[in-house]
Amino acid sequence: MATETLQKSTTQQDAWEGGDKKPFEASYGKIMMWYFLLSDAFTFAGFLIAYAALRFSVPSWPVPDFVFSTTPFGGHHLPLIFVTFMSFVLIISSATMVRAVQEGHRENKNGVVFWMFLTIIGGAAFLGCQAWEWNNLINVEHMTLHTNPFGTHEEAGTYMEGDGVDIKEGDSFTAGEPYLIHNVDGHYHQLKYKTVDGEVKQQAFGPKTFGALFFFITGFHGFHVLSGVVFLIIIAVNSFSGLYEKRKNGYEMVEKIGLYWHFVDLVWVFVFLAFYLL
Amino acid sequence: MGHGSYEDNKKAVWKGLVILAIITLVEVAFSLFGKGYLGIDQSTFTLYFAGLFLIIFSFYKAYYIIYKFMHMADEVSGLRLSVLLPCLLLVWAIIAFIMEGTSWGERRALIENKNSEQVKEKTSFNDTYFMNTKEINNA
Repeated sequence: MATETLQKSTTQQDAWEGGDKKPFEASYGKIMMWYFLLSDAFTFAGFLIAYAALRFSVPSWPVPDFVFSTTPFGGHHLPLIFVTFMSFVLIISSATMVRAVQEGHRENKNGVVFWMFLTIIGGAAFLGCQAWEWNNLINVEHMTLHTNPFGTHEEAGTYMEGDGVDIKEGDSFTAGEPYLIHNVDGHYHQLKYKTVDGEVKQQAFGPKTFGALFFFITGFHGFHVLSGVVFLIIIAVNSFSGLYEKRKNGYEMVEKIGLYWHFVDLVWVFVFLAFYLL
Repeated sequence: MGHGSYEDNKKAVWKGLVILAIITLVEVAFSLFGKGYLGIDQSTFTLYFAGLFLIIFSFYKAYYIIYKFMHMADEVSGLRLSVLLPCLLLVWAIIAFIMEGTSWGERRALIENKNSEQVKEKTSFNDTYFMNTKEINNA
């Protein structure tokens, strides 16, 4: 392989490998993948910083372990369990991707295809989980881009009516307690309550920006996962067909999609931190 | 890439997976602790205490993914620095925008307070204006 490269003069053919003297001793494709990921990191950082600024600009914010406490198959009041599962799915798919890259270095075609197949399944499973989560928030809990039914009490009081699910008439609550305004037949029912001072009030909607931030940021990440899965499928098919065996740089495509896939996992670490943990 | 044997590299992947999974579980435990689920009631202290550790854990996970899974450790320092150093710009962006957000919140509260203030005496613009001209004429 090395003699092959030496025999060729630094003509156009070698431009994609960075020429004879490779900048940063890496191929053109890999360097550009790193810089693409850097620019993408700034895009995500911009979104997450906007989230932080808007979160700090309101007195209260929806409590994540209350908002994200439902799981498929009827699980309720299980804070963060489902999103932790989603994180595991992504971490595992990242590990199987490293295995695929390792098999690529050994030029083991079957190994590459096998581990990429598992990675694709992991990515698809993550997308499935996210679809369930979005469906639950949109169709069951009725959160929209501009209406946020997840509120937080700013003072203690007693409910004057119940919602027929979790809250009964006469239930008391303290400041900082979260609630969900239920939507029945297309109408939000803001429950009336009496504060400790005897004032009658009704449940207020939560910060307006929460829905827009949640759907845009997790949606943008989900779109990255989706395009990642599409590219993984294309590259897995190419590997299977033996295309990379014939290439001078072997399975470098697998390495490059691997970088992208780990980046998607990396971004999830911070989305997970901002939306679910903090 | 890696420099060890194939078997070593294989083991390193599963080791990395276990480390990342355990950190994630510890993070969830810290988060729930901060929100008052694990014994101690939620307070500003528990929230900030948990928050600090959550941020440290997340950055460790980021380091681990970049250096071990993406093999940044095997790249030359020029590539490493040109990708990682620009990210330091974000440190100021985070501080500045959190300060900005806090200021938006303060302003919003100020406007709300001003709007709910009761005006004690009602004097119209005309009254004041004509009173002043009379006073001037008299002078």
